[in-house]
Order: sequence, then structure tokens, then C-alpha cells
Amino acid sequence: MSHAEDNAGTRRDFLYYATAGAGAVATGAAVWPLVNQMNPSADVQALSSIFVDVSAVEVGTQLTVKWLGKPVFIRRRTPEEIEAARATALTDLVDVKGENANKPDADAADQNRTLDEAGEWLVMMGVCTHLGCVPLGDGSGDFGGWFCPCHGSHYDTAGRIRKGPAPRNLPVPVAAFENETTIKLG
Amino acid sequence: MIRKIALATAATLALSAGGALAATGHSELTDFAFAHEGPFGRFDQFQLQRGLQVYTEVCSACHGLKFVPIRTLADEGGPGLPEDQVRAYAKQFTITDKETGEDREGIPTDNFPHSGMEGAPDLSLMAKARAGFHGPYGTGMSQLFNGMGGPEYIYSILTHYEENPECAPDGIDGFYYNTSFPNGGVPDTCKDEHGISTVPGSWIAMPPPLSDDLVTYADGHAATASNMAEDVASFLMWTAEPKLMARREAGFTAVAFLLVLASLLYLTNKRIWAAQKGKKTA
Amino acid sequence: MGGIPHDHYEPKTGGEQWLHKRLPIVGLLYDTIMIPTPKNLNWMWIWGIILTFCLALQIITGIVLVMHYTPHVDYAFASVEHIMRNVNGGYMIRYMHANGASLFFVAVYLHIFRGLYYGSYKAPREVTWIIGMLIYLMMMGTAFMGYVLPWGQMSFWGATVITGLFGAIPGIGPDIQTWLLGGPAVDNATLNRFFSLHYLLPFIIAGLVAVHIWAFHTTGNNNPTGVEVRRGSKEEAARDTVPFWPYYVIKDLFALAIILLVFFAVIGFMPNYLGHPDNYIEANPLSTPAHIVPEWYFLPFYAILRAFTADVWVVIAAEWLSFGIIDAKFFGVLAMFGAIAVMALAPWLDTSSVRSGRYRPMFKWWFALLCLDFMVLMWVGSMPAEEPYATISLIASAYWFAYFLVILPLLGVIEKPLPQPATIEDDFNAHYGSKAHPAE
Repeated sequence: MSHAEDNAGTRRDFLYYATAGAGAVATGAAVWPLVNQMNPSADVQALSSIFVDVSAVEVGTQLTVKWLGKPVFIRRRTPEEIEAARATALTDLVDVKGENANKPDADAADQNRTLDEAGEWLVMMGVCTHLGCVPLGDGSGDFGGWFCPCHGSHYDTAGRIRKGPAPRNLPVPVAAFENETTIKLG
Repeated sequence: MIRKIALATAATLALSAGGALAATGHSELTDFAFAHEGPFGRFDQFQLQRGLQVYTEVCSACHGLKFVPIRTLADEGGPGLPEDQVRAYAKQFTITDKETGEDREGIPTDNFPHSGMEGAPDLSLMAKARAGFHGPYGTGMSQLFNGMGGPEYIYSILTHYEENPECAPDGIDGFYYNTSFPNGGVPDTCKDEHGISTVPGSWIAMPPPLSDDLVTYADGHAATASNMAEDVASFLMWTAEPKLMARREAGFTAVAFLLVLASLLYLTNKRIWAAQKGKKTA
Repeated sequence: MGGIPHDHYEPKTGGEQWLHKRLPIVGLLYDTIMIPTPKNLNWMWIWGIILTFCLALQIITGIVLVMHYTPHVDYAFASVEHIMRNVNGGYMIRYMHANGASLFFVAVYLHIFRGLYYGSYKAPREVTWIIGMLIYLMMMGTAFMGYVLPWGQMSFWGATVITGLFGAIPGIGPDIQTWLLGGPAVDNATLNRFFSLHYLLPFIIAGLVAVHIWAFHTTGNNNPTGVEVRRGSKEEAARDTVPFWPYYVIKDLFALAIILLVFFAVIGFMPNYLGHPDNYIEANPLSTPAHIVPEWYFLPFYAILRAFTADVWVVIAAEWLSFGIIDAKFFGVLAMFGAIAVMALAPWLDTSSVRSGRYRPMFKWWFALLCLDFMVLMWVGSMPAEEPYATISLIASAYWFAYFLVILPLLGVIEKPLPQPATIEDDFNAHYGSKAHPAE
């Protein structure tokens, strides 16, 4: 008799636990879509990578495109700019990290900042690492690269911070050549 | 009776005013077993691709798809084009950039353009907007039980052009007789004394858009007018309801899980009440 | 709280006592969830919980939809398509909201007709009934304005036609209509105010629901016998009742699971079945759709609205007596609201001393006819305004009024009720008492 009662008790408990568990799963399944709908929608996600036609960018000129609501500098550097950047010793830099999303652990050597081996293509976010102004380009500043007019930060020809209040080099976003004339951002 | 309608409520007035436009008889529709029909039907990816081709080469001359983002052509469950093809496809459209206000080549994140011709309706949602047109008293029963809906309507409109009927051998100038088009004009000679049309369908402004071999399918599928109509109807069902398959899967999962939950709750309910219901009267 | 004697919440630990002295919220929740409930409630008593669920479902999915919806005539339709195509799971959320409205009305009609059959509106539950009717009216307003928001053809023309009803009010009607619309016709101003009110009203409904529950927790639930719970002592009451938790919570959750099963089958496989296809065409003020039909849940009252045309003798009489102030159009509006008003007055129109229809042999038939009448009205409401539907809707409308204004008062006088069980316990045991529990 007592055995039978024990069994009935266990069965009952199991049923209650199973029901409560299934109820909890149902609640979770109902809550998740309500949370997930606040994540970026498909149209926003689709903007997370764009294709930039760089066929018209001559040596020594720069293209600024808007990506994720921010400016991106795409510069095709002259041999002089490349040489100046490569000649700079790491010890002269404020920020020795590469700040390159494509090479996360690399140091700030010029080779680690550019898109191609030859170092002709430099792609970086056009947002000063100090307080978010857009630096001026085309060889401005004391180091022939970029100069932020807001608080006087000078970046060199590889977009590395050399002088002024900005703490870090201009970051290089995820980017790659899709083909000879197209760069894919993101 | 006529006086009754004329003096009825505002609602009735609106109704009968609308009714006058549709003073036609019935329209003839062809039923089809599309791949996406039935509870577990799935879009035929190749058919969607062919339908896209028909839309691009024929329909898009006049009709837009303004609610459909071009990038969704790459979506799984849709035509499933590779991304580079979608980019190439987008380039054929000229889009006025929202930010710069200048015309540029289309990119995948743009929507398809809107209709390029006055009076040509946008086709994005046509398959859903024409879904409940039939069945007894517009109940859509036939949609439910026979799987007939918007795609069948689109197919029928595209293929049911016929010679003007005997009652109006000259038809209506600039319009074409279509036995599936319900809401167009009908010449008075084809109406009975109550103003009800005696012929199926009505006259439509769209000239017959399809003819055999109007497009050349890359996959060698025979490009008959009927095949093209079927393919484009299927494609337009996808543009109207791109999440059709995902929705059915979600619905099926929910139903299956609720079946388990309901069974457990049934047993729990029985168990809880057992003591109450078994109690003998004092 | 309730008039039925039962154990109340006793704070035990120090912390519980501390809180209870300052805010007796745990006691309130305990008394609500443990309320003694007649043990013989049948499956028609599940709809209250289903309705509470529907309200929560509509509010939650609605708040989510608002995060992506744009209430502007140029963007409303496109933003709904954005929800359907781009928002994560947006198509499910929108279809749940759209079909949730239908589930809401299925449940509310079954709930109302349950009340009508079992005499739940009768003393002492008149206040519960009246508040319920207010909730129902608010639901109709909310549903109507919600249907306008997608800005499809049916949205636009439905709004045009229904606001036109207010234009039928003699004298000030056109001014009221203009005030409602914020202009000479349905336009952006209308869309924006409907959006605002569509968001607001559900919270007022939620407040009324709390009062509705408060009211029937004060009087105690009705039950299929209509016999009141014995209140002489706690022991006596306990023989007629069970606590709401777990008995009815689990039972109602089981019912909810079954209903949701059907609900998700509809959403998964035919989510547009109850909607009108024309609403997938963007609103066009220059072109009226061929057939304007309201959503199914408005059809019975829509049929009553249309039934009273100018050649019906009551309309002619009313026009003559009112010196032409009440014309056919205004009469139809009055009839529609009157149809709900007579239902709200049921507690005072029903003269029978017996509460439950179960013990009223004649009432049963008239009530069955009322249910049929409701279905007929729903059907003719979807039909074009022509013969034979006009006559059918007139007869059906007439019966609706006759039921409440003539049949209910008369039945109480001429009907000979059947004997009722003495107690709820007797009724319950008559169903289940003979079955001995195997474990005992």
C-alpha cells in the first residue's frame, strides 16, 4: 500500500514538474521574439556592409564615404606619403597599436595599417579619436596627414596620432578589396 | 427597391456606390497547384527566378514593386540569387537617392522602383490584395479548401484575354476583353435589364502582356505564355508574402509544442480535480 | 474582500508583517488568487481568463508594433510592410496582433452569451454586467481605430463610413463628424488621433477589467445553477467552492493552451483569412473598393444599422412623430447603439426569479433563437444591401429588440421554472459524486 502511494506521489510530482517546465519553455518562447524584434531589422543590417567603387580615386586623392552613419576616409597615397609613414619609428608614436580591425593584434607599423601590401590604399574611420570631430585631410597637419580642427590633433600619413589631445590612431574598419576597383566595407 | 437603396444609411450608400462599379457578373479563374500551396508547400526557387525574369523583362515596363527591397532576392526561401548577381541586377534601375536627391544606379539596399506608368498598380502585394475574391459570397472558402488565391487570379488575368464577345463586337476603345477581370467596364450592350453583365469578366486597360517565347529562360524551361504567367504569379506571391515559409514553420512549431503543453495541462487538471470529484457526499 | 467567508492572508514572518502594515499588497494578491469559486463551473467559464490573456497579448504586441510603425498617411502603409519584411519576427507579431483582435471578439461574444444564458447579469451582479458592457464598447472603439492604422483601402473607407454615422445626428452631426476627423475627410489628422486613442483605450480597458473583477469578486461568481454559494460559515462555503488556485488556474490554462493551438494554426497557415484583401491596397481617397465590409465582429450591429431603411413603418412613424428629425439614417444609428443598450439593460428587463437558463424551459428556446439570430445578423451584415438580405436583416433586428424588450419581461411572468438544486454542492455531486475515487 505504501509503495503504491509512493509511486503515485512520484508520478504526480513528475507530472507537475513537466507541466511547469513546459509552461516555462512556452513563456520563454513567447518572450524571445519580443526581445529580438528590437535588434537591428533586416534593412538596417543590410547597410552594415557597403561596396565602394574606387576606380576614380587617383594617386594622392581621397574619397570620403558615409558608412554606418560615419565618414570613412579612403586615401590612395603617394609614394612620398608611404615612405614618410614607413620611415617613422614605432617609438615616435603616441599609440603603438595598429587599431586595425582586419589585423587585431598588430602594432602600428605602416604595413599593418594599409589595405594592400604596397601600402597604397589607406582606409580608416574619419572620426577623431579625441571627441569625434571629422579631421581635415589632403596633407594637412604637421605630419602631412590629417588635422582635427576641433582641438588640434595631428595625424600622420598613416592616420596615426602624433601630436595633440587624441589618444589613439584613426581606426581602420573591416575592409577588403572585393575586386580591383571595389572595396567592401564591413 | 431602388428607392430603398438610394435612401439607405451612409454605409449602404457607400456600399451601393461601390457596387455600381462592380455591376459585372462572374469572372473565370483557372485553379493551379502552385508549389507554395498547402500547409507544407514551399516556393520553387527556380520558378521564382524565372518569375523574376518575366517581371523584369515584361511587367516592370509599367508596374513597380515599391515595397520589395532588392536585397531580398538573395534571401533564403526566395529566388535565392547570389549576392553579386543581386548587385548586378540592382544596377539596371535608376534610383533617386534620398539623401543627395540625385539619380544613381540602384544598389541592393534600395527597393524596387514604383510603377512607371499612371494607372498601373504596384504589384508588391497584389497576390494578397486579390486573395479573397471568390468563394460563395466572398467568404474565401475556395481559397481555404481549394488553395485558390491571388496567384491564380494573377495567372488568370494574364492568360484569359479573349476576342470581344458577340454582344459587343467592337468592345471598348482602348480596352481589352478579359474573362477574369472583375472590376472593369462593360459595354451597355452586354448588360441585362438590371444592369448586370451577361458576360464573364470585363474590359481591362492592360494590353495582353504575354506571348509565347517573349522571354528566353536560361534553364531551358519552355517559355509559353502559360508558363510565364504561372512563374510570375508565383514570384508575385513571394513578393507579397516573403516570409510565407518561415511563418508556416513557426506556426507548426507552436502548434506542436502547444499540443504537448495542452496534454500536460490536461493531465495536471485531471489530477488536481480528482480528489474533488471523487469525494463522496456526506 | 468577497462576501464568501474564507481564510485570509496572514503575514507570518517579520518581513511580511512589516510590509503588510504598510502596503497589504500580498494580501490583496492572495485573496484574489485564492478567491472561493463555485466548484461546478463548466467550460463556458473559461472565457474571462482568455479575455484577460487577449488584452495582455494585444497590449504587448501592440507596444512592440508601435516601435516600428509610423502614423503618417505617407508612411503608415509602408511602415507596416517594413514590419512584415524587415523587422525580426515582425510578420508573426503583426499577424498575432491582427488575429488577436478576432480571438478577443470570439471570446467576448462567448463570454457575453454565457452571461445571458446563465443569468449572470441579474442581481446582485448588475454592476459587473454594466462594466462588462462598457468594456465591450471600448473594445469596439479600439478595434475600429486599430483597423484604420495600416492605412489600406478598408482602413480608409471603413473610417469614412463609420465616422459618417456621427454625421447622421440631426443638426450637429456634420460638425461632430468634422471634429472627429479633424477635417472635412479622413486624412492625416484622423490617422494620428486614431493612433493616439488606439494606444490609450486598451489601458482604460485594463482599468475597467480590474473593476469588473473587483465587482464579481465582491458578489462572488455566478455558476451554471445560478444558486448562490452558502455563506453561513466558512465550512459551509468550502463545501460549495474551491480556491481559484490551483483548480481554476490550471483548468483555464488548459483551455488557453487549446485555444492558442487553434490561434497559431490560423496565424501559421491562414493569417489573412479573417482580414479583407483590399486592405493590402494602400488607401486611395479617390477610389472606393467594390464592397466595403466591416471586420466580422462588427457585422451583427452593422446589419442592424442597415436594416432600418426609409420604407420600414417604424422608421416612417419615427420620422413623422419627430417631425422629420429622425430620418432613416439617424434611425439606423440609434438602432445600432440601441441594440447594445437593450443588452446592457437586461438586468432590469429580465423579470424571472430564476437566474440560470438551465431551469427555465421556455427561456431556453428563446435564447437559442437569440444565438441563431446573432449568427444570422452576422451573415446578412456581410451581404450586399439588397433583397432578400434587407428583409432578413429587418426580421433579425426586430427579434434582437423583441428578445430584450418583450420576451425577457414576459417570460418571467408566464414561465414555470424547473426545480433548482438546493446547493452548488448538490449540483456538483450529482455530476461527479457517484464516481468513487479509485484511491479511496
